[in-house]
Amino acid sequence: MGFPTIMIDGQGWRINLCRLATAFGVMFGSSVLADDGMTRERQAMVAEVVAMARDFGAGTGRDAIDPRILGVLGRLPRHEFVPVPFRLGAYQNRPQPIGYGQTISQPYIVAVMTDLLRVGSGDTVLEIGTGSGYQAAVMAELGARVFSIEIVEPLAVEATGRLRRLGYANIATKIGDGYDGWPERGPFDAIVVTAAASHVPPPLVRQLKRGGRMVIPVGPAFQTQQLLLVEKRQDGTLTTRQVMTVVFVPLTSAHN
Amino acid sequence: MQRPPLAAVAALSAAALGYELLLLRLFAIIQWHHFAYLAISVALLGIGAAGTFVTLARRRLLAAYPGSFTLAAAAFAVAAVACFAAAERVPFNALEIAWNPAQFLGLGAIYVLLMIPFFCAATALCIAYSGFGAHIPQLYGADILGAGIGSLGLLAALFFLHPADALRAICALGFAAAGLAAWPAAKGRAAVLALAAIAGPWLLPAPAVELLASEYKDLSQALRVKGARIVAQRTSPLGVVTVVDSPLAPLRHAPGLSLNAAGGPPAQLGLFVDGQAAGAVTRFDGNTMPLAYLRDTTSALPYRLLHRPHVLVLGAGAGIDVLQARAHGARQVDAVELDSRIVTLVQQDLAEFSGRPYSAPGVQLHVAEARGFLAASRDSFDLIQVDLLDSFGSSAAGLGSLNESHLYTVEALESYLQRLAPGGLLAFTRWVALPPRDSLRLFATAIVALERRGVTDPGRSLAMIRSWNTTTLLVSNGVFSAADVAAVVDFCRQHSFDTVHVPGIVAGEANVFNLLQRDDFFAGTQALLGRGRKDFVERYKFDLTPATDDRPYFFHFFKWRTLPELLDLRTRGGAPPLDWGYPVLVMALAQAVVVSLLLIVLPLALSATRHAFAAAPAKLRRRVPGYFFALGLGFMAVEIPLLQRFTLFLSHPLYAAAIVLSAFLVFAGLGARFSARLGPSARWPFAAVAATAGAYALLLPALLAAAMGLAQEWKVLLTLLLVAPLAFCLGMPFPLGLAAVAARAAPLVPWAWGINGFASVVATLLATLLAIHWGYTVVLLLATALYAVAAAQFPDEPGP
Repeated sequence: MGFPTIMIDGQGWRINLCRLATAFGVMFGSSVLADDGMTRERQAMVAEVVAMARDFGAGTGRDAIDPRILGVLGRLPRHEFVPVPFRLGAYQNRPQPIGYGQTISQPYIVAVMTDLLRVGSGDTVLEIGTGSGYQAAVMAELGARVFSIEIVEPLAVEATGRLRRLGYANIATKIGDGYDGWPERGPFDAIVVTAAASHVPPPLVRQLKRGGRMVIPVGPAFQTQQLLLVEKRQDGTLTTRQVMTVVFVPLTSAHN
Repeated sequence: MQRPPLAAVAALSAAALGYELLLLRLFAIIQWHHFAYLAISVALLGIGAAGTFVTLARRRLLAAYPGSFTLAAAAFAVAAVACFAAAERVPFNALEIAWNPAQFLGLGAIYVLLMIPFFCAATALCIAYSGFGAHIPQLYGADILGAGIGSLGLLAALFFLHPADALRAICALGFAAAGLAAWPAAKGRAAVLALAAIAGPWLLPAPAVELLASEYKDLSQALRVKGARIVAQRTSPLGVVTVVDSPLAPLRHAPGLSLNAAGGPPAQLGLFVDGQAAGAVTRFDGNTMPLAYLRDTTSALPYRLLHRPHVLVLGAGAGIDVLQARAHGARQVDAVELDSRIVTLVQQDLAEFSGRPYSAPGVQLHVAEARGFLAASRDSFDLIQVDLLDSFGSSAAGLGSLNESHLYTVEALESYLQRLAPGGLLAFTRWVALPPRDSLRLFATAIVALERRGVTDPGRSLAMIRSWNTTTLLVSNGVFSAADVAAVVDFCRQHSFDTVHVPGIVAGEANVFNLLQRDDFFAGTQALLGRGRKDFVERYKFDLTPATDDRPYFFHFFKWRTLPELLDLRTRGGAPPLDWGYPVLVMALAQAVVVSLLLIVLPLALSATRHAFAAAPAKLRRRVPGYFFALGLGFMAVEIPLLQRFTLFLSHPLYAAAIVLSAFLVFAGLGARFSARLGPSARWPFAAVAATAGAYALLLPALLAAAMGLAQEWKVLLTLLLVAPLAFCLGMPFPLGLAAVAARAAPLVPWAWGINGFASVVATLLATLLAIHWGYTVVLLLATALYAVAAAQFPDEPGP
């Protein structure tokens, strides 16, 4: 099985994760540490995500995030994905810097994006922009096989090491340009593009399965206000939806 | 004491003003444009603080003259480099400020650090004013002349020096000022300082003047990719233009590309201005096949309606719109680009890659400003394209919200429409912002421009479409026919774009492909075309009022009453859709006022100075703050609106700044020297300033609009003729008043000087703020009133 491998820069540096994971004594697929002393912070974070979803309709019109996703957010050690100086604030409901000019998204945004992608067990997901690896870990926890591409080399190396350490066998990473996608591993049920773009790369559109969904956050760092959801219908036609992450009606009522 | 240090004052004044202007450039490169306002307030706050310091330590500083002046000037030279280097290294992330209040600590530290150099320079200047009360007109003349030389010199230097190296030059000038002051009394020390001026700055190690840009700037991000490298760079006062090649992850810039497009752009190089993405240089070898993607963007719409048009591209940049015109078989293309550096990059430095798009047959390049070009041109065009000039990042964050732009005003649109051939189209492409802001404002602007041209049903001359990230607006100088409408709808269907408005559109036809939960584009354009336009603009939570030449703040959308709701979103965990430029300006103003008042009051509270002040006549003491505050505000309230008016008139921000500033400062300097001949009761300069400013407020816009088509040399001459008499009179009130104070109560001189400095800080920010809300005319009228106040508060009458 070619899947549980980590490729670095296509240099053929392959590590069999099975062996590594065993060495670390971590269970496959469910890396979650029973008690790392952060349970309370995680619960508070999930409560905030739930409250925001109720306030803002989770960007999807529904007023709740898929409970499976909330379960994952409640288990995942987010502090492991944040550089040491920022760990204290890892569970705050806000974006955090992770170095190299990149951020780890606000937990609420991670929840909404994952919810929009409708990731299910056994799905194949492509992620452009591994970043900290947190989004990939969330999707892996939902049972998806995740292929993640990162262009910033040190970031990719760090995230790859982190995901390996946490035992994510169902995440494959590589260093490279996300524009062309990962055709050998496609087509994908879901694609998430975490880096901003002036247009949706046509290769990614091609690598999206019929019935598949793609999510792209739009806006500068620290200011994710809208998400672009691209849906490929069964007949191959494409639609997009602009999902606002907060509800803001730009018109006061006529009586005001 | 000795003779007044006129040369040293001029040199130091030049260095300090050059440094202030340079900080604007440096901050634009390492952070974002709106921090420029913080830089201004920081600069002038340092000046005010020095006034207070010299008031308090007056006797000892004067006793130590010229050593005190020399020391302060040398300290400026050192601090100008050291404090900037330290400020750069303060951990501070502007983008995170909404999430992390601790960022204000970093901002505060930067603030204090940058105040130091200005404090040093101003201390030296203030010592000179305090020590040479009898020579105030000459000192002020030298001061203001130095300021003129400093601002012009910096503009000139930035054409060939990178801003980081310009910092070395400022440092050298500071040491030179210190040496000039030391010369008469201590020749040896002066020689050492001269040596420091000549050698010191150039011996500085590179890290001392290295620019450490925020890691979130587009250029920093691009360069982080392995193998990415800068292939070309050009610097000018308009900005540092950088071109990046990134073989591993090539840039692909195609805003508004249809999801149905078969392919993206060919090879491109990233183009950055001051570290922010500003488009791309596209590979072109004469074969238009690889440009096929340019038929699949929203900006391709006008080519569906026009056959082989004669195209005018305004803001042509790296030439993508020119390539688009060629890909569509345009008959002739005129391309207007203001920044000659970008043109040089594309045409020379990267000629092999770009294929010299401006030298292609049928393409004519004009290095000019759009409005000025149109005013002078006699041609008419089938299509006028206004390029998507700003980067998405800065547009989305509202970082450019305080930039004036004369491209998108009602008057601008009128002048574009005037240059269209029968059946011609005007096309604007903008980024999508949600909730919609600039697209709707532009639509509203087009409606007003059409109405001013006598069009009774503007809706029939407008069409707008959108993709998920761009909108394209077409304005016809006729009306759209049924066939045109069908072509627009067909174009949209083919590319999965949405029609926002075409004549006769009904609700079901909008919001089909790129679904919005609420289609405020459709609802907004319908409301703007309907009878409820005024009500809609009033009720919309962002300002959509069309920009005018009097209020050219197209990118300013902020409304105060929306702020509580936006802040509430933030407290509930969401990132609010807030344009940050304006709140930052207000914050800078608020803190400047608070700190200013504290520093002004401080000398009154301390026993030593209270005692010295008590010796002055009570009436004089009362009048000094009012007089010098009014003058500080008034001078800026004249200078800033006129600078803007002439920027449009002279059609180039740099030449306008150079000509207007130098005319202002030279003639004000002459006025200052002339004031020495005036009797203490002369009030006519105040009346002359008030009358001229008032007349200019009312008459200048029409006069300049009428003269817009003149040849450039006549325009420059007219500018000088208009500015000179006003500036000459503006130069007199300050030295007249300060000399009057020096003659009656010398200890009040540094205090008065400091108050004037504070007022200029406040005025720089306040004039922008008022212009945003009420326009330049009102600011000029306010200046008239301020000079009347100053005349009434002249600090001369002895008595109770």
